[in-house]
Amino acid sequence: MQRSAAYSILFAAVVCLVCAVFVSSSAVSLKSRQDENAYLDKQRNVLIAAGLAREDEVLTTEDIQERFGPVESVIVDLQTGEELADVDPQTFDQRAAASDPSTSSEAPDNPAGIQRIPNWALVYRLEDNEELGLLILPIEGKGLWSTLYGFIALDADLETIRGITFYEHKETPGLGGEVDNPRWKALWPGRLAFGDDDQPRIDVIRGRAGPPAEDPYRVDGLSGATMTGRGVGRLVRFWLGDEGFAPYLNSLRKGSRG
Amino acid sequence: MANPAREALLDPLFNNNPITLQVLGICSALAVTTKMDTAVVMSIAVIAVLTFSNFFVSLIRNQIPTNIRIIIQLTIIASLVIVTDQILKAYVFEISKQLSVFVGLIITNCIIMGRAEAFAMQNPPVLSIVDALGNGLGYSLILLMTAAIREVFGSGKFYGIPVLPIVSEGGWYTPNGLLVLSPGAFFIIGFFIWALRTWKPDQVEAD
Repeated sequence: MQRSAAYSILFAAVVCLVCAVFVSSSAVSLKSRQDENAYLDKQRNVLIAAGLAREDEVLTTEDIQERFGPVESVIVDLQTGEELADVDPQTFDQRAAASDPSTSSEAPDNPAGIQRIPNWALVYRLEDNEELGLLILPIEGKGLWSTLYGFIALDADLETIRGITFYEHKETPGLGGEVDNPRWKALWPGRLAFGDDDQPRIDVIRGRAGPPAEDPYRVDGLSGATMTGRGVGRLVRFWLGDEGFAPYLNSLRKGSRG
Repeated sequence: MANPAREALLDPLFNNNPITLQVLGICSALAVTTKMDTAVVMSIAVIAVLTFSNFFVSLIRNQIPTNIRIIIQLTIIASLVIVTDQILKAYVFEISKQLSVFVGLIITNCIIMGRAEAFAMQNPPVLSIVDALGNGLGYSLILLMTAAIREVFGSGKFYGIPVLPIVSEGGWYTPNGLLVLSPGAFFIIGFFIWALRTWKPDQVEAD
């Protein structure tokens, strides 16, 4: 049906308006639910890294909140390694902080593919008899296709890894996506993150590594996902290294040794 | 097959299947069929988008100016897809994480635009809905069959439940790594097309 140009423009405008109202109203009305989902998913992953929840466990919102109860959120200044008691962890968004020039700095060239480092980071602690029992650090970095976001849990000795998990990535399902595989993640606990010189040493190798007692610094690679594995090794070392949490870990070590 | 509604619903299942005969929507059929749960959610999402887009396009088909009809269809489809993505993120967060970009890519799924342009522009709303359901089911049928084969033989599971004990977990089955890769789906869909055209030789294209 041929119509005048004015009709076409008017028609397009009406369709756009109707669609815009439809899309924005659904986005606004579902926003709180989505944010809650994302927040719970992150908490769930903290629990998994800490070993307080199993991978295949179906957790309700209440379960997650209850188990998250003893976990303490702390903001850390990455450069000085100090804990900042006066900052509210509830309102701190590390990813937003990392992209804001006023709250982050440009990262030096690094193999983990990290562009900007936030000044502050949100870490989780679990107390054991009023001493540090478990430390859960956020990690992120490039795999093959995407940035992986996750957590690594360190034992009170700040050396032994207790767990690792990724809550967001876009690696190939079945290959790099196997970083989500509970059997692979189960290879991490018990291995040592740092060598004798306190430098991060843990690595994901190609092929099989020995059991943690004999081969403490290496983790099996994922077959078909050499690049993702390499990325995971690099990003873990980055965040445990000088640009990442090393100053904080050193201050904790001093505290416990001194 | 005189009844047009019956024809619109059943034809796309085998006689005129969007994937195997028209070879549309292959991209998502490769991407989301490594596991059953993602394939099921994707199927539901595509059926929903297709049904609503056919309905709305058909509803205003006599008012749409011919020269801007494609972009109007696309606007409607894109809006529906965004809303579907939002709903998945709100209600089935885990699965929407796994489907990642592929929900958004429903916009570019040729089946949806193909049906809007080829059917909904010429037919009344109710019949267009029936046509959408038929094509959606035809798409889903292939998607679910592909996903079932890929999940069982690629990772030894069906709907996440182990059915073949795989070697790395102490069983005897060595998973076929090719099936979890996208090219594996190409082979399976190729076999489906071959089987279907052997059964219905009139679908074979002339050389």
